[in-house]
Amino acid sequence: MTAVPANLVLVLLIGVLFGTGVYLLLERSLSRVLVGVTLIGNGANLLLLVAGGAAGGPPLVGSGPEDEMADPLPQALVLTAIVITLGLSAFLLAMAFRSWQLHGHDEVQDDLEDRRIARRVARGLLAPNELDDIGASLAQDAAEARDETEHSDQRNDLDDTFVSPGLFPHRLPGPQHRSPLTSSDEEERR
Amino acid sequence: MLPLVTLQLVVALLAPAAIRSWGRRTFVALAAAPAAALVWALAQASAVFGGGEMPIERIAWASTIGLNLDFRLDALSWLMVVIVSGIGVLVLLYCSAYFSADSSNLGRFGGVFVAFVGAMLGLVTADNTLLLFVFWELTTVFSYLLIGHYFDRKASRRAAMQAIIVTTLGGLAMLLGLVMLATAAGTYSLSGLLSAPPTGPEVEVAVVLVLLGAVTKSALVPFHFWLPAAMAAPTPVSAYLHAAAMVKAGVYLVARFAPGFSDLTAWRWPVLVLGSATMLVGGYRSLRQHDLKLLLAFGTVSQLGLMIVLVGFGSRAVALGGLALVAAHAMFKASLFLVVGVIDDAAGTRDLRELSHLARRLPYAATAAALATASMVGLVPFAGYVAKEAALEGLWHDGDAVGVAIFVVVVIGSVLTLAYGLRFWWGAFGNKPASAGVQQLNPERPGLLLLGPPGVLALGGLAVGLAPAGLERVLAPHADLYPHGEAGHLVLWAGLGAPAVGTLVVLLGGAALFAARHRVERVQASAPAVPDADLAYRRSMRRLDAAAAAITGATQRGSLPAYLAVILTVTVAFAVSTTAVGGIGSPSVRLWDTPVQLVLALFVAVAAILAVRARRRLKAVLLAGAVGYGIAALFVVQGAPDLALTQVLVETVTLVVFVLVLRRLPAYFSNRPLAGSRWWRAALGLVVGIVVSGLAILAPAARIHVPISVDFPDQAYTYGHGKNIVNVTLVDIRAWDTMGEIAVILVAATGVASLVFLRTRMRAIDRVRDLTPETAAAVWAGGPDPTAVLRRGRPGGAEPGPGRNREWLTGGASLAPHRRSVIFEVATRLVFHTMLAFALFLLFAGHNAPGGGFAAGLVAGIALTVRYLAGGRYELGEAVPVHPGLLLGTGLFLSVGAGLVPLAFGGAMLQSALIEIDGGPLGTIKLVTALFFDIGVFLVVLGLVLDVLRTLGGEVDRQGEVEGRAVPDVAYDSPIVTVDDAEPTIELPAQAGEVRP
Repeated sequence: MTAVPANLVLVLLIGVLFGTGVYLLLERSLSRVLVGVTLIGNGANLLLLVAGGAAGGPPLVGSGPEDEMADPLPQALVLTAIVITLGLSAFLLAMAFRSWQLHGHDEVQDDLEDRRIARRVARGLLAPNELDDIGASLAQDAAEARDETEHSDQRNDLDDTFVSPGLFPHRLPGPQHRSPLTSSDEEERR
Repeated sequence: MLPLVTLQLVVALLAPAAIRSWGRRTFVALAAAPAAALVWALAQASAVFGGGEMPIERIAWASTIGLNLDFRLDALSWLMVVIVSGIGVLVLLYCSAYFSADSSNLGRFGGVFVAFVGAMLGLVTADNTLLLFVFWELTTVFSYLLIGHYFDRKASRRAAMQAIIVTTLGGLAMLLGLVMLATAAGTYSLSGLLSAPPTGPEVEVAVVLVLLGAVTKSALVPFHFWLPAAMAAPTPVSAYLHAAAMVKAGVYLVARFAPGFSDLTAWRWPVLVLGSATMLVGGYRSLRQHDLKLLLAFGTVSQLGLMIVLVGFGSRAVALGGLALVAAHAMFKASLFLVVGVIDDAAGTRDLRELSHLARRLPYAATAAALATASMVGLVPFAGYVAKEAALEGLWHDGDAVGVAIFVVVVIGSVLTLAYGLRFWWGAFGNKPASAGVQQLNPERPGLLLLGPPGVLALGGLAVGLAPAGLERVLAPHADLYPHGEAGHLVLWAGLGAPAVGTLVVLLGGAALFAARHRVERVQASAPAVPDADLAYRRSMRRLDAAAAAITGATQRGSLPAYLAVILTVTVAFAVSTTAVGGIGSPSVRLWDTPVQLVLALFVAVAAILAVRARRRLKAVLLAGAVGYGIAALFVVQGAPDLALTQVLVETVTLVVFVLVLRRLPAYFSNRPLAGSRWWRAALGLVVGIVVSGLAILAPAARIHVPISVDFPDQAYTYGHGKNIVNVTLVDIRAWDTMGEIAVILVAATGVASLVFLRTRMRAIDRVRDLTPETAAAVWAGGPDPTAVLRRGRPGGAEPGPGRNREWLTGGASLAPHRRSVIFEVATRLVFHTMLAFALFLLFAGHNAPGGGFAAGLVAGIALTVRYLAGGRYELGEAVPVHPGLLLGTGLFLSVGAGLVPLAFGGAMLQSALIEIDGGPLGTIKLVTALFFDIGVFLVVLGLVLDVLRTLGGEVDRQGEVEGRAVPDVAYDSPIVTVDDAEPTIELPAQAGEVRP
């Protein structure tokens, strides 16, 4: 005998708990959502027990015949679920409180950034010029690509004037260098 | 070979710190790592070329998927190791003088560069196709980091991104091809695969996929665009990338696979067509570049096409020429790039329109460049000439139409090479007529470390060209593996014949093209625009971005209910469809186990429905609590006393926590007048409820095996030494689950604290001794005390005598007088320790009777809750003067630690043992080691409750006091709008002065 008939009363109760829980879950008020979560949690716990089999004696060795005991495994699963629900509730409540601190209510607002993206896509405003992958031709890029060598520093960084003549006497009469059209920093700012 | 690769990686890890402490000269020390590989390779030469066994290393790694650390050093690998490590040494030496001492991120650069060398060494010596792929991708990643070295530049980032996307695309295709080949051949061993190449249509597909890897890596048309763009990398990286690494990996792959697969049509045509096209496109575009690095980069593209064609052609003589070209190209291309670095550093520009008269200013650099260019364009007696001559000879000698066609293409390509080679040298060093753009430069002499590496490489090309027999000895063993043709030879003079004619055509044509360079530029500029691969790539990337944005805009609506509705709908659809497909079995129902269940279920159902309809928060919360208690009763009936106990305790704690937060929230849920939304939510709830009910009926009937838990009673008693099976399951049989769970609880508790404390929760704990006259009697004041008049003249200030008149709860002094309740304080004092004792009892008895760490922690937590409610946060501080983090951390540590202890005794993790202690008059004490695990659980749960009390209780109180915002009285929660409602009406209590006498 492996399959057992389902307990109709509990089955219906599970339906009620899930139904009411889902209704509340789809609300916007966080505390209502939380009530919904606890209802669903209770329903899920019952579902585990029902799936595990019929009611029976407490699973304590020596308290009764073993074949009349309730299945201990779903009980262990449900026990952890109950405590997890406590942690979850506390966290959601802290979120509700924080939301109240910030906005004066605990409602879950729509994510404005998501909306903004959708709107900009609709208007075709997500232009590629905001992306890295547009811009100058190969030759233009090449003209601006400079390595940080001894002399490029003297050319590019006005702040970097700490090259003592004692250390590099032969390098000081620097050649008249072409200054780069735009430095990379300026390009970034652009 | 594994030690060598490991050495590079270890040095790479040490490099950043070393460069930070000792500066750029550390590069000289870093060069020791590839130098070790070079010395090792030279020492192995006799073994590799002596005709005996090749050096082999085989170490099992992930053997089940065929991925092993197999290495093998044959002639081709040896050549590549010498190139990779030799040029690596020279470039690292060059780096030590090239970069300025205060260059940005030099440490990271050094580390990544050495790691890149290591990955290349592994790639060319790997004898396992999957290992080859691993190193292949490593070179991709490292080259990405090197190309993007100047990550603050847009062009750098773009080039790096382009390189990694293109090469990873090919790499993935190659992986697929390698797996298909291994499946067909039955081995992942590279040498095994090539010694007996499989055949069949799937092999043709696999070969195309593998070639796609080589084509992307070696920048062949149509993927050639990433290589010129990669000139955004520092010049030493470009030198290494173009000459020895990365692009050479593709050539290596073709040379490696050609002996086994070059007969396949699927091999021959892609290699020949793409290689030839690349050769011509690269050479053509090179003629128009003004930037010396770009000019060389397009030159590399052209040379890569040539090399791939030659080593992939399939005949021995051609392959010999191709391999010689690989060696020659490594030397002259590295040398030329390094010279460009010298020019760039000295002159401050790489634009050949601005450089002039540099031959006199930089004579050594000009000489090195002249030697290297001579090798590149194939002048006698340089290495490049020897290689090209052997290739032409081989192509012509084979005599078939394909060979002749390739011969012609190679000649045309060489004409272009000569033209852009001359243009390079002229552009860099030649004298130009004074005009607007040309600058009068007077650069100082570069040092030995800058000139040495390119000079050595340029002279190397000459030396090899003068003594081609030595090179032939190195290359012939691999060339002889090719299936067709006679063995070729590397000679300086092959006699008069078609190759000599070809060379003559090259010299004349190239010189003419160079002479007409300005016209060529103009013609190219005015030529109609051809489809640009780079542009196509950018467009496709942009389309991808646009598609991503469109999908995001369409699916991410930003509304939580909408997301949840989608998830729930999918769940329902999935459940219904799988049931429809899989059948429902033969479910059966019975009405109930006992009629009590009906009563309880009705109670719970009614409470749940009322909770949905409730408009007041407190009412909804209390009804949800009622649901929880009802479920607890159902647990009792079901035969689950542990669950019932835990459920009751959790419900209680939850209620308290709810009320603590509800003090702050508006009394009523805000109105949501959209009736339509209500209907669809109700409909979805109904559907979900029905579906889950159906699942609840089907699930018990779906069982086809005996439950795993049928042996639990026996096991629990025999191995877990406990009678309470549920508890033994938690702390022993399924202890891993529990450990994960308490970790989650710890995270949740930390999350709660961080949401409210905002900065740090390690604020000092409020203790009674910290109370000052200003803070005493201030907690929960909530405005003026309406009954203050009754307390006038109370002798509160008098010091109580010793042992007399002491407070029941010391923390009570912190409360506002009208918030204190004598009965509550006395009762708290009386029950607190009893509750703790009960908690300990549950903890210790839990192994054999209902209870355990969870229940015990909750009971102790409720005891603390009572202390807090009676005496405020100061009282809580007196009760537990430590931070909750300490309890949480200790608890998790104990649980994990207790689980680890059995390992020390040779047991399994989390195994239980029974320790019996003779307690004398107390009898024998049986101690199960799982108890320590349970104590950990106890502490974590207690820590959670304490954290919640301190956070949502104490800290919220404190913040309210700081803001001067009173906590509204939940008990008097009236339907009148209060200041704490969603839209507060400013109606501050005005009766303040009226009570005062």
